[in-house]
Amino acid sequence: MANPSAVCNGHLHHHHHQKQNNVLKSGVCKKNGITKGVKKNGVTNGTLYKKTFIEHFEQAPMYVAVLTFVGFGVGTIFGYLRDFMRAWGLEKRNVAQEREQQKDFVPLYQDFENFYTRNLYMRIRDNWNRPICSVPGPQFDLMERVTDDYNWTFRFTGRTIKNVINMGSYNYLGFAETDPNALKTVTKELQRYGTGICSTRQEMGTLDKHVELENLVAKFLGVEDAMVFGMGFATNSMNIPALVGKGCLILSDELNHTSLVLGARLSGATIRIFKHNNMQSLEKLLRDAIIYGQPRSRRAWRKIIILVEGIYSMEGSIVQLPEIVSLKKKYKAYLYLDEAHSIGAVGATGRGVVEYFGMNPDDVDVLMGTFTKSFGAAGGYIAGKKGLVDFLRTHSHSAVYATSMCPPVAEQIIRAMKCLMGLDGTTQGLQRVRQLGKNTRYFRRRLHEMGFIIYGNDDSPVVPLLLYMPGKIGAFARRMLEKNIGVVVVGFPATPITESRARFCVSAAHTREMLDTVLNALDELGDFLQLKYSRYSKSSHPELYEENRFEFED
Amino acid sequence: MDIKSMKNYLYWLFCQFELITCSYLMEPWEKVLFYTFNVTMLVMLAYTAYIIFPVHISMAFQFSPCPQHSSSAYRVTAQLCSHSC
Repeated sequence: MANPSAVCNGHLHHHHHQKQNNVLKSGVCKKNGITKGVKKNGVTNGTLYKKTFIEHFEQAPMYVAVLTFVGFGVGTIFGYLRDFMRAWGLEKRNVAQEREQQKDFVPLYQDFENFYTRNLYMRIRDNWNRPICSVPGPQFDLMERVTDDYNWTFRFTGRTIKNVINMGSYNYLGFAETDPNALKTVTKELQRYGTGICSTRQEMGTLDKHVELENLVAKFLGVEDAMVFGMGFATNSMNIPALVGKGCLILSDELNHTSLVLGARLSGATIRIFKHNNMQSLEKLLRDAIIYGQPRSRRAWRKIIILVEGIYSMEGSIVQLPEIVSLKKKYKAYLYLDEAHSIGAVGATGRGVVEYFGMNPDDVDVLMGTFTKSFGAAGGYIAGKKGLVDFLRTHSHSAVYATSMCPPVAEQIIRAMKCLMGLDGTTQGLQRVRQLGKNTRYFRRRLHEMGFIIYGNDDSPVVPLLLYMPGKIGAFARRMLEKNIGVVVVGFPATPITESRARFCVSAAHTREMLDTVLNALDELGDFLQLKYSRYSKSSHPELYEENRFEFED
Repeated sequence: MDIKSMKNYLYWLFCQFELITCSYLMEPWEKVLFYTFNVTMLVMLAYTAYIIFPVHISMAFQFSPCPQHSSSAYRVTAQLCSHSC
């Protein structure tokens, strides 16, 4: 192809030649961005997954939905009554109020969500923001607090409730520990570096610890390079704007975390939402994007990026990664995978959803994760090809303006990761991952047998138990605390209004006795509060479970 | 023994009612208001049933063995009007 470019009649013949040569060479013709080539007879969907993928999203019987609405109706009526009394001065106002001098201005404090906060959230507020006073390991200590005016103010009695079983902390591998032997290197680094960095990554905040950590993260995940940031939320919200901008398209899952949503909105790109884990919805959006292009000008999108999470923390469902990767390859989109909850928690050696499905980490363009959940530290990382990470080092808001990770925290992540990879000479890391898998399967199996409605994949350590009725949210959390078990209950703004739930996070540090205590308490409470809505207990449908699934039964 | 388990069962039913209608979350004076309202509605319902029920029963029995009365419908409506006054 040594033809010099000859301009003839204004056309570059060189260009034509190139196109023809392309056709002759590989039989592949590029037209409109879609390659028509020789395609291998595709793998059928059944063999994309190397092991069974079972997820449950059972719907409650109809009477439950009706009674939930009855409960919300009564709550709303009394809310209006109380608001009326507050507006007319019959009752003391405890919320923030306008100043007298500004009464004629546009109101600052009124909208519907405040109605819900004032009238329903305030009544059960004692179940959230409970101060703890020990490390959030498998058991922790709570400070006891009481309220004299129905949750508007609290005061501490001075007592601590000791050894409450912790079913709420994201401590999947149990690295939140205070054992001095385990923290030897962290103490050493603390004495060597101190705690403050006092600078950003681009100025003087890059230490040798950061370089060591980034190399270790890249090795752990099997990618070329990685970059670490001081805060997990900021990793998402500050780096997505650096990767996409105006003229790009973001396809984001319905139930993505607020950090992803914030990052997507800040970037200025067009956002389209597909139904949760629904590949048909995603494919339809991809096809429409490629066929119709940008809204008014009909030009091709500059970039199409798919935002998904590894494990969704409110549902406990795992992303269908093989199908998304095949879609991404077919339609030439990019994939951003947020493994906040799945890194360390799933996969045979704890390397996240990519390992769980047996896939190649090169298939995912941007691997993001946090160190808060499984590593007992704080911060986040973004990993991928070296070009991507080098770009982020210069263009990310977080790198330019945010303080970098402090050295003892970096050392904690290094020691946890080395433990997981087996580089410290013991098999403790692998044991933790296996213990987490065992605990997860045992916990979920027992809850299914008891008859509760549990959402999510059988392998995810996040276990949401559905409560539905607003009255039961408060009753459940309070009674579990009386039995010395700390749980997290979630209601309206974070979940759909009729599907409030209690979310359990199983940890590798939980022993079988602790799980049994929790399960017995749940059994008792489930009977008393009538929470066992499931119409299919496991024992009545044995054909739903494959025989070749591993059941770790002791 | 039976009375005790009966009382426990009734207490448990009352707890379920409290949980479902969110009266578990209410302050005491709100609970009083809510229960008064409910009890009043139930009493009114019972009273209305007590008044209307015998009329329905007697009308039902009146219709059974006479198929040839053409003005039975007229008589029934007259009876209903006289009872409700």
